[in-house]
Amino acid sequence: MTSGDDYRILFDEPGPRARRTIRIVTAVSIVVGLVLAGLAVRQFAINGQLAADKWRMFTEWPYQRFLLTGLVKTLQAAAVCTVLALPLGALLALARLSGTRLLRWPATVFVELFRSVPALLLVYVFLLGLPRFGIVLPVFWQLVVPIVISGTATVAELFRAGVLSMERGQFEAAYSVGLTPGQAMRLIILPQVVRRLVPVLVTAVVSLLKDTTLGYVVSYSELLNSGRTLAQYTQALVQTYLVVAVLYIVVNGLLSRLAAHLEQRQRRRGTAPIRAEAVVTLVT
Amino acid sequence: MRYLPDLLGGLVVTLELTVLSFLGALVLGTLLGVARVSPVRSLRAFGAAYVGALRNVPLLVLLVLFVFGLPDVGVTYSLFTSAVICLALYAAAFVCETVRSGIRTVPLGQAEAARSIGLTFGQALRHVILPQAFRAMVQPLANVFIGVVLGTSLVAAVGVADLTNRGSALTLRYDEPLIVFAWATAFYVVITLGSGVLAGRLERAVRINR
Repeated sequence: MTSGDDYRILFDEPGPRARRTIRIVTAVSIVVGLVLAGLAVRQFAINGQLAADKWRMFTEWPYQRFLLTGLVKTLQAAAVCTVLALPLGALLALARLSGTRLLRWPATVFVELFRSVPALLLVYVFLLGLPRFGIVLPVFWQLVVPIVISGTATVAELFRAGVLSMERGQFEAAYSVGLTPGQAMRLIILPQVVRRLVPVLVTAVVSLLKDTTLGYVVSYSELLNSGRTLAQYTQALVQTYLVVAVLYIVVNGLLSRLAAHLEQRQRRRGTAPIRAEAVVTLVT
Repeated sequence: MRYLPDLLGGLVVTLELTVLSFLGALVLGTLLGVARVSPVRSLRAFGAAYVGALRNVPLLVLLVLFVFGLPDVGVTYSLFTSAVICLALYAAAFVCETVRSGIRTVPLGQAEAARSIGLTFGQALRHVILPQAFRAMVQPLANVFIGVVLGTSLVAAVGVADLTNRGSALTLRYDEPLIVFAWATAFYVVITLGSGVLAGRLERAVRINR
């Protein structure tokens, strides 16, 4: 992940002409970037959005506290989703890999179904559909349950890919010392899979955290929904949403960096971490 | 069944959103991917910053910022256009990362050979590296595509009448909640599983057997 050193192979050590070209492209790109940034700032200025009173509230503690409370609720929801989705996903993967048809088929259907359905649609089922049948969850769970359902399906695919990527020799060695398939899975395979999955599971947490923005729909006062409340109260919409976006980028950026760091450490130690994009995307 | 025409209208919107924004993301993401492996440090830095920001901001936050925030600074597009722009900008970050790891799958000798016959960085990428990289990227790109399909549902939250939005609206109007959701679910499953199958075929068709 370093600044492009891994791609040195794509270009030679630049000679005098190449260096000149690089200098020109650098200069042009910086000028273009500055012009674009200038235009953006101008756009803010001519619409009066740079006025100090449109931004001052972010330096005042009551407003800061309001947004931070939202951030804490986001983290709480994300933590509950993680604590539920990771173990459930692992169990579901084991069910899908098991030799018993009675376990394998329902698990397969669950995973394939809920991987294909957007979490927001599930939110609406819990928000608008189930109350008709007298099933009304508290707001927190109206947000968390749909995210856990779709997150579990995603995590299950990660675990399954992890188990399938194990060398066959690991299974064979375990069986040859007399372990049953269940013991082999529990004592030999899973511990290794979990270790190799850690970076990608951190990325999965990022995507669970992003999903908690659906609190905007169920009116659970997490960060985005708090942002909306604040924006409506202060009439500083673009400022508030920019600040909210930056907060998300900081929190998720830290998690993403942790994932990249763990992955590189594993690579250095010679274990091949499992890459997410081969199996599923953690896009939304 | 009286709600089905409405729901099909939503399906069309979802498909339009998906196709337009995926194409946009493909172009922008490839350019960003090239920037990230280029010899120019300022372009690499820009690519890295873009990916760092857009991969970590939730799509819904981007949509809300675009739809409700940007009109304040004089940037107004129709809801549909805003949705396409947001989805394309967002997915481009994932396409960029896919292009980067796709380039990594091309054997080193290919790049060396391209350089040794005198191709420049741009020529080597265009004629030698990217054509091979894209073959390895079919499956990851299909995953991004499926991510875009599921991501389009979030436009429902800002008021675009897509499949999810129509599904919830029809649920409120008629007294058959679960049937409407079942139809919407079925449409999503068909799109995602269908594109998965197509991607598998495409991958086999363009694969290089080394």
